[in-house]
Amino acid sequence: MTELGEAEGAMPDEDKKRAAYRALVDRVLNGEGRASAELRASAFGNAGLPPPLDVLIGKVATTPGQVTDADFAAAQASGFSEDQLFELVVSAAVGQSARLYEAGLAALAEATADEEAG
Amino acid sequence: MRLDILNRGYGPGTKVLFALIRVFSGHPVPDAARLVFYRPGFYGAGAKEFTHEAMRGPSAWSVADRELMAAFVSKVNESAFCVGAHTATAGQAYQDGAKVQAVLADLESAPVEDGLRATLRMLGKLTRDGEVGAGDMRDVLAAGVSPQQVQDALAVCAAFNTTGRLADAFGFELLSPEGYEAGAKYLLKRGYR
Repeated sequence: MTELGEAEGAMPDEDKKRAAYRALVDRVLNGEGRASAELRASAFGNAGLPPPLDVLIGKVATTPGQVTDADFAAAQASGFSEDQLFELVVSAAVGQSARLYEAGLAALAEATADEEAG
Repeated sequence: MRLDILNRGYGPGTKVLFALIRVFSGHPVPDAARLVFYRPGFYGAGAKEFTHEAMRGPSAWSVADRELMAAFVSKVNESAFCVGAHTATAGQAYQDGAKVQAVLADLESAPVEDGLRATLRMLGKLTRDGEVGAGDMRDVLAAGVSPQQVQDALAVCAAFNTTGRLADAFGFELLSPEGYEAGAKYLLKRGYR
């Protein structure tokens, strides 16, 4: 979370948009929830999840249009409650977006650093 | 929506609010709005705050430009609910629905400024491929876009990569054209908070 997590020298420290995003990420990962923080972190990172939950979460991260009722049914049948799935799906969506946001900010930081150096 | 709690798991006060909105607006509350009322401490409150800041907070981009970015990112994600909602909102904000349709149909030939076109191109690549490089950003900056504008566009991109994923995963019900137009009017008047 380097770009999102720290104020960068080349950018204004007070980017309220980024601060609001950090707060959202922090709540999803560390706020009170019915799914464990460890599981939410795995959904956020789309890594290390047990089957069949990994199928649902993988689709949310990469091909959300392909999520089906059956994906939710399978995850529920494996013991997850609706509230836990709500949290894990949200974690996955926020996680993928956070990676895009961070990748964009990192590329921008590199481009502007080059400009200043050149 | 796919989870029953998202259809029925609201407190009595929220249910009354949904009923009132339905009566006064003539439309049921869209699933996008319902979702942020479900256990708002977990997601909804923070999501509204961030989305409002990205879409309506201070920026050199106009509200119309940001709504167009939201529609464009949603198009790349093939998120039908969000494409409908933000195509309508951008169209009303520009007072030019044809311009929005042209961008969604073919960005390269659409009648928009080079800076906006370059920014949309970069957001499309980031959303589709999951990555962009310094070279992509240099192209955007060379088109006259400031670094702060790039950051602001990335915030819009993050907001709608989140919302679009939830719309598709939870299966938001699509609206009629009138429903999207009514929602757009609300979003331009009140924002996302």
